[in-house]
Amino acid sequence: MADTIADTRRLFSKPQNLNDAYGPPSNFLEIDVSNPETVGVGRTRFTTYEIRLKTNLPIFKLKESRVRRRYSDFQWLRGELERDSKVVVPPLPGKALFRQLPFRGDDGIFDDYFIEERRAGLEQFLNKVAGHPLAQNERCLHMFLQDESVDKTYTPSKIRQA
Amino acid sequence: LHLHTLPVMSFFSFGQSAEIDIVLNDAETRKKAEHKTEDGKKDKYFLLYDGETVSGKVNVTLKNPGKRLEHQGIKIEFIGQIELYYDRGNHHEFVSLVKDLARPGELTQSQTFDFEFIHVEKPYESYTGQNVKLRYFLRATISRRLNDISKEMDIVVHTLSTYPELNSSIKMEVGIEDCLHIEFEYNKSKYHLKDVIVGKIYFLLVRLKIRHMEIDIVKRETTGTGPNVYHENDTIAKYEIMDGAPVRGESIPIRLFLAGYEMTPTMKDINKKYSVRYYLNLVLIDEEERRYFKQQEITLWRKGDIVRKSMSHQAAIASQRFEGSSSAEKALAQAQAKEQEQ
Repeated sequence: MADTIADTRRLFSKPQNLNDAYGPPSNFLEIDVSNPETVGVGRTRFTTYEIRLKTNLPIFKLKESRVRRRYSDFQWLRGELERDSKVVVPPLPGKALFRQLPFRGDDGIFDDYFIEERRAGLEQFLNKVAGHPLAQNERCLHMFLQDESVDKTYTPSKIRQA
Repeated sequence: LHLHTLPVMSFFSFGQSAEIDIVLNDAETRKKAEHKTEDGKKDKYFLLYDGETVSGKVNVTLKNPGKRLEHQGIKIEFIGQIELYYDRGNHHEFVSLVKDLARPGELTQSQTFDFEFIHVEKPYESYTGQNVKLRYFLRATISRRLNDISKEMDIVVHTLSTYPELNSSIKMEVGIEDCLHIEFEYNKSKYHLKDVIVGKIYFLLVRLKIRHMEIDIVKRETTGTGPNVYHENDTIAKYEIMDGAPVRGESIPIRLFLAGYEMTPTMKDINKKYSVRYYLNLVLIDEEERRYFKQQEITLWRKGDIVRKSMSHQAAIASQRFEGSSSAEKALAQAQAKEQEQ
């Protein structure tokens, strides 16, 4: 014979608003890193990547943005976040210094395969970082993602929503 | 000439030795309980409760019949002690009772001695933990000049509680500003070991991509005092309650049956030596493997076996819960009246 039966009925919950249930979720954030372009000539050449952002998160000023950044800009962003936020910042794809040495058989850092690997790594890095609630509070992240250019003389600060 | 005495005299079959056996009087009818030993093995021991009398017999069997056994006295002790693993030498005895069975003399044949410890206080539950152990045992000792002969018999003590008068639910709103707000609710704050945790998680704001949510039961054993406090956390259970991304307004139910997990009652500051507490840890994990969690203490208690109510009373209680109508209340009143008549 069983003990007194425990009451396992569900607790009462408010029925969900249909708009909330079927509308777009408020967590939409998509970042693409694409269209690598090598600019300049000779030893001053460098590669830039297009960063396209689409979101409905209120913390981003622009719901859509498109900027171009180079690898050193990513390094700058990573350094700022490591210093100012409590985030454990994920690693960037490698610096590949050995690729910058002379007498290589391939195109070094302008090699198509290398650029594609780097592009994929940068995309992964940005998605991880931009989705972090603490990183989203940093001015440097928003400047990197949505401002025309990165002003490295800026004053680091936190974003506060109204 | 120097006679070298060894610790185990029976090696040389000089003199006499004996075997001791302790038997409880109600061994046939008394229930046994499973209890983990320090090395993780499970064994069954007689189960005793606070206030119960402990009575039985000590059987002393002489190994070499015909030879006499000289001794300095025979006694039996009932001991409750706490042993901290980092301080093994010091046993803290919180219960220590002695009964002398025989004055110094000699045994010429095997003999049985009766003993009785009346209404023994057993204030704490037996516990074998990661860093501390509390145990109760009977120990019969034949004292001798060079080496004693003794035998220990461990018993297990459970502490029982009754349904708490006050057992409020736990309801709280937590979150990360502008990012994730949830309201969690658990139907009680005190659960017995075979209880069910019924609750829900209500999402007020979801600006993260949550992939999965689980509820863990964490046991925390605390030993030591002051600056030497040591917490040992152990996740006893992980129970997934949601797979997939929730949105605002969604409510996720929780129904977690505790009987399937090995747990003890909550123990607070036992003899000022250790505590064992339990926490529900609600964990949300997002698409980038980031973990968000909220820990909440719950009190666990041990329920005694209840006196079984009649079938009709049980059925009436059940129908009242699900119908909540006056007809069910009438059925309950009728069943109660019938019980009183019987």
